[in-house]
Amino acid sequence: MKRLSLFIVLFTAVLTSCHNRQGVAVKEVPAVSPQILNPVETDKKMLTIQGGSYLGFLGKDSGRIVEVKSFKIDEAPVTNAEFLEFLKKNPQWTRSKVSRLYADDAYLHNWKSDYEIPDNAKPESPVTNISWFAAKAYAKSVGKRLPSIDEWEYAALADEVSKDASGKAEFTQYILNSYQKKGMYKTSIKQQKPNYYGLYDLYGMVWEWTEDFNSVMISGESRGDSSQNESLFCSGAALTTSDLTNYAAFMRYAMRGSLKADYSVNNLGFRCAKDL
Amino acid sequence: MKLMIRTLILSALMMFGACKQNSYRADADLNGENIKTDGTTEVMDLVAPPYVQTPVGDRSAKKVVVNLEIIEKIGELSDGTEYNFWTFNGTVPGTFIRARVGDEIELNLKNNENNNLPHNIDLHAVNGPGGGAEASFVTPGKEGSFTFKALNPGLYVYHCATAPVGMHIANGMYGLILIEPEGGLPQVDKEYYIMQGDFYTKGKFGEKGLQEFDIDKAIDEHAEYVVFNGHTGALLGDNELLVKTGETVRIFFGNGGPNLTSSLHIIGEIFDRVYTEGGTTITKNVQTTSVPAGGAVIVEFKADVPGEYVLVDHAIFRAFHKGALGKIRVSGEENPQIFKKNEQIDKVL
Repeated sequence: MKRLSLFIVLFTAVLTSCHNRQGVAVKEVPAVSPQILNPVETDKKMLTIQGGSYLGFLGKDSGRIVEVKSFKIDEAPVTNAEFLEFLKKNPQWTRSKVSRLYADDAYLHNWKSDYEIPDNAKPESPVTNISWFAAKAYAKSVGKRLPSIDEWEYAALADEVSKDASGKAEFTQYILNSYQKKGMYKTSIKQQKPNYYGLYDLYGMVWEWTEDFNSVMISGESRGDSSQNESLFCSGAALTTSDLTNYAAFMRYAMRGSLKADYSVNNLGFRCAKDL
Repeated sequence: MKLMIRTLILSALMMFGACKQNSYRADADLNGENIKTDGTTEVMDLVAPPYVQTPVGDRSAKKVVVNLEIIEKIGELSDGTEYNFWTFNGTVPGTFIRARVGDEIELNLKNNENNNLPHNIDLHAVNGPGGGAEASFVTPGKEGSFTFKALNPGLYVYHCATAPVGMHIANGMYGLILIEPEGGLPQVDKEYYIMQGDFYTKGKFGEKGLQEFDIDKAIDEHAEYVVFNGHTGALLGDNELLVKTGETVRIFFGNGGPNLTSSLHIIGEIFDRVYTEGGTTITKNVQTTSVPAGGAVIVEFKADVPGEYVLVDHAIFRAFHKGALGKIRVSGEENPQIFKKNEQIDKVL
């Protein structure tokens, strides 16, 4: 049974989700009248990830065992075709109609029109240039939500053969290499081998939004952040990061830290999650 | 009693601090703060290494706009060996920045939308948090900006400071910024811009094809390549630096690192003047000067005799086995008074 209601009130948490970087003025998002989302049907395959725990990477969780409850997650990133369906049902999220509060001017900027995907991308390519607000709206419309950082990181510990490959140096190297490949977001999903759980394209295709991406506080001064929530990197990180050799994780957290909820980036997409 | 001693020491320290502050402010080199800009604005020319912009001369302080764009791109590290460079304005090292003390510098940092990663910039010439790192932290497709006043003359390194910092620097994200003193540096005939960097590739030195960054070698400081200006041949063959006899040469030399200190030396030349560590103190008659990772130096010499002069890191295996080698070709009249080869005399044994 879909946990959908016809009237889903969005953005109740808008004010609390504002990205507040150290030393940077809080970008105020004024309260707006609740928006109405039309539900969208989807048959996207979800996989169940059995809960467990993992070693927190940084900040207050660094070196701590973080518990993750069992959850469901899309097997691959949301595609252009899937996002197009969402736009057809919810035209307020098309490029021409979207509120600038919820998406910057790079939002779907490669699309040929409101309902035409980019020339150089495929229907089965991951949708990119979407803001956090838009990703969240999509997830709600299909009765899902965005995964948390912990859920994403936990599922992404797996290589092809094991649940937790975080101790394998070659796995880190594999991820680092995949992060250097260019233009992978223009290719179709599910062309690479899935990981242990059957999840595709966690690495090397697109960065992915997470529900609480903005809990990562990288001030940009990667070596000095030292207060608890902002403890990251280099001198600060030497004390607050659980694994200094995990360059791949550094890159993911730096990317999250560089984002604001209205940003739309060429190689940033998302996949959805759900409670069991 | 204890308290009294403590108070005495404290007041003594405070007095010392006060004295120090007085002399500090009187230092002629550190007066950038009081220099007013003339109200004009100039957008800085972008010149690719090994060349630099024209000297500031005796121009007054002004506002200078510096536009840098971060570009991640595959390029050659050596003939037939490619590497995924991360760059400021597409070159390793990044664009030279040239300004004078008292200038107000607006730095605009754009992160190309096709880049994969967030980046930023830390200029060692900045007095301010992180050298601008925080203010310039940008995700792909965005632009960051900050303005700073050039207070201290000297030659400074800039680099990316985004986590993992070591990797960003190892991939080529560094350059130099020169803050000339009031009235400019003394005139010379030729000026060049060279930076040393160590690279950590999966394959051994000389292995062909696209080479991946090797995190273990980087942490162990086992460089496969140590090169000038991002390529083993950046200063060789057609790229040799051409100088005529009698010309004075100034090299703005920086060391991006990330790990190794450079023992900068030119085979067959003596540095007449070295601005030690890129600062104000001039050391004369130097054979080899040490340039730390994240540091810089200005060296000057006069080309006396024609020939081929080889710029090396005198940690010499790096020069002959890892690429830290460049050539300066001096052409012109021989000067036997300074150097001549003697006729060989066949000795009868």
